[in-house]
Amino acid sequence: MSEVRKFDTKVQYLKYKVLREVARMAWKDMSFEKVLDIPKIIVPGKIPTMRCCVYKERAIIEEQVKLAMGGNKDNPNVIEVIDIACDECPAAGYEVTASCRGCLAHRCEQACKRGAISFDYNHVAHIDKTKCVECGQCAKACPYSAIVNHKRPCQIACKVKAISINQDNAASIDNEKCIACGACVYMCPFGAIMDKSFILNVVDLLRESEHGKNYRLYAVVAPSVSSQFRYAKLGQVITGLKKLGFHTVVEAALGADMVADMESKELVEKGFLTSSCCPAFVKYIKSAFPEMIPNISHNLSPMAAISKYIKATTENAKVVFIGPCTAKKMEVQLDSVKPYVDAALTFEELQALFDAREIDLTTLEEGVLDNASYFGRIFARSGGLSEAVEEGLKEHNDTDFPLKAEVCNGIEECRAALLKKSKNVLNANFIEGMACVGGCIGGAGCLTHEEKSKSEVDAYGREALEKTISDALSVITTVS
Amino acid sequence: MKVTVCIGSSCHIKGSRQVVEGLQNLISEANLADKVELGGTFCMSRCQQGVCVTVDDEFFSVSPETVKDFFDKEIMTRVG
Repeated sequence: MSEVRKFDTKVQYLKYKVLREVARMAWKDMSFEKVLDIPKIIVPGKIPTMRCCVYKERAIIEEQVKLAMGGNKDNPNVIEVIDIACDECPAAGYEVTASCRGCLAHRCEQACKRGAISFDYNHVAHIDKTKCVECGQCAKACPYSAIVNHKRPCQIACKVKAISINQDNAASIDNEKCIACGACVYMCPFGAIMDKSFILNVVDLLRESEHGKNYRLYAVVAPSVSSQFRYAKLGQVITGLKKLGFHTVVEAALGADMVADMESKELVEKGFLTSSCCPAFVKYIKSAFPEMIPNISHNLSPMAAISKYIKATTENAKVVFIGPCTAKKMEVQLDSVKPYVDAALTFEELQALFDAREIDLTTLEEGVLDNASYFGRIFARSGGLSEAVEEGLKEHNDTDFPLKAEVCNGIEECRAALLKKSKNVLNANFIEGMACVGGCIGGAGCLTHEEKSKSEVDAYGREALEKTISDALSVITTVS
Repeated sequence: MKVTVCIGSSCHIKGSRQVVEGLQNLISEANLADKVELGGTFCMSRCQQGVCVTVDDEFFSVSPETVKDFFDKEIMTRVG
């Protein structure tokens, strides 16, 4: 199978190659000078394949290498723009294209409330930029679709409007507004925005553990893994993780069972809650709806909850979270989470790590992964958390508390629900907020994003040995 | 006395939940809650021998069927 097929796009593939080389060098104890060779390893020869010349290609890769090694320590954001890679896409807003037929109806003119549209001697429309307010009514009215909106893909992807254009015409991220969801990273067609990687920290953690001699290193894996690594079996991914040097693999979904159990109790007690699983959603509330902060569930995220349990029950344990999420890299730096999780890795980065160690998953025996219930596992897709909270209410016999969940699939729906709640017109007592469309399976750190991801998560849920949340938690609630 | 049951994936599939619940019941029936500390951990690296249990660092292989025997032989005799 071709390497590039493991990913959705060539941009991801290029980033993966950088991560793989960085990890390979770290593992071989290569000196810093060798790191400087990476751009030439990835872009050999003299013929450019991506940009104007190989020198620009290598300069961009050099910047990606820096981000793969942790990036700018002075910038607290885990998402960064690579200025020289930003292709300065047209950002002129609404423009009339050559498709304008110079018709007689002039619907665009009637649609424009600002009088910004005029016509030349050929009846072709023109937009006066000093009057245009970018409302888009003219584009909607044109029967030839001759008016288009030139907006940058990163700005379209960023639904929280954290991206603007700086004086140098490059994209610039407002760290206050940014929720680190990674949508821009995934959408930028030139790979000019990247999530910082902590893959070097993970290599260090793996090596220093010496296969458990010095401490036990646990991999906590998100349930969305069931929609990833499609070329291999999930059991082979588990064996691969142990081959890398992890002591064992634990499902973050068991942490989700813990969260569903506690969140359903908290909901009955408080009467209204917004979920706290998705770090990007939590950050969004904090920056855009600060008055709603008291409504955020006090639960740790599933990742943090299970990691806390591992560290409480096992001396000398360290934890690496592996998932689809760039915002988790931000969450693990929070004071409330830092003691429990030592590093966060994406599935993209895990693929790079496997290949840096030349571990071919398809040749491995299948290991087992079974800690959580169906309900913990379906947290990986939109709607799963609400189903689990409903189940939690049922298992606690709190059936007289009617759950009215507002399932928000993507940050735009989150915004709409929070706006309604702030105006007291939301007919719900629980907001399930997932910043990525589809839920975690839509995360920017996924290798691939496909329609069938949701049904794969559901199938994985049904395979769980434990069918209820309380059964899955039985080993945890009775053992302390 | 510290009794630790493996709750990793392999042992879970072999019945660590039933072992934990069994021990929990036996300990409370025998009024040993203050003498026996029951704990769990993810994976003891002896997956073939699961369900893995340690009593003060001594290793035992237990199954849901042998919980009662194990309790009588290895726990009751030691606390007695």
